[in-house]
Amino acid sequence: MINEIISMNGYGSYVWSAFSFTLIGFATLYFVTKLQLLKEQKRFASKFGSLNEEKTKAARSQNINIEILSNTSKI
Amino acid sequence: MFKYFEPNKIFAITSRAPKYVLFLFIVVLSIGLTEALILSPEDYKQSHSVRIMYVHVPAAWISLGIFSCLAIFSIGSFIFKNKNFSLISKSLAPSGFVFNIIALVTGSIWGKPTWGTWWAWDARTTSMLILALFYGMYLLAWRIYEDKNQAIKVTSMIAILGAINVPIIKFSVDWWNTLHQPASINVLSDTSIHISMLIPLGMMTAAFTLFSLLIFLMKYNTELIKVKNKGLDRL
Repeated sequence: MINEIISMNGYGSYVWSAFSFTLIGFATLYFVTKLQLLKEQKRFASKFGSLNEEKTKAARSQNINIEILSNTSKI
Repeated sequence: MFKYFEPNKIFAITSRAPKYVLFLFIVVLSIGLTEALILSPEDYKQSHSVRIMYVHVPAAWISLGIFSCLAIFSIGSFIFKNKNFSLISKSLAPSGFVFNIIALVTGSIWGKPTWGTWWAWDARTTSMLILALFYGMYLLAWRIYEDKNQAIKVTSMIAILGAINVPIIKFSVDWWNTLHQPASINVLSDTSIHISMLIPLGMMTAAFTLFSLLIFLMKYNTELIKVKNKGLDRL
């Protein structure tokens, strides 16, 4: 049964390489995108942390900034 | 209507959605792979090589669908001067490009046992390669142009010009004699593919759609945070 699934009547190398290429492509795209997102979140958090009190107050008035910070803390 | 497209309003949703989409994608992909690699029958002519269809066809469909979306949002960005439309397009492009490459590579792998060659310059294959070039130009333009308004103009032009190629890809098998067979799945008429192969094809298409949604959400969040980073610099 397992040999049959692997060899697929001699077409196994074609089928498995097509599926492997697809899954490797997915994994690469996912991790590259995830890394870019984490990098931007960290940059945002460090910039936000370096603001003075007045600027922090102004930045906190935007809900989206609070959302970004709340997601960053979960990294 | 465009108030629903405001980044501040949708970030609350787009920042939370990826984990649920990822979970759903893993579940649907697992079912799809089991169906495609084990449960679905082999073809009487192509034998097991037909299983390549379950990654090749959905990848081609989604790369075409994403490019059509790029063109629509680019037209929207031109007409309504809505910058969020260009952010959406920019976030859609990477997954569309990867799906296009997957369609080309898996098509090439499928071509060897079926046609006896890794590559043939037939109308469908060549037009898909042209689409990959348009995707490449689109992504490169975002990197090359530092002025954001210039980048939006150039990328929109590329997307709108490239959209001319989309119906050419779709109808290439009808307009020219190609190695590709005509469409087996038709929305308006009878589908010539058996249900035992249609189910895994549907599952894999659903899985690929969820993956492109996942990448879109992550990329869109990255782009929004980039905008907000610049906003902090201006404070």
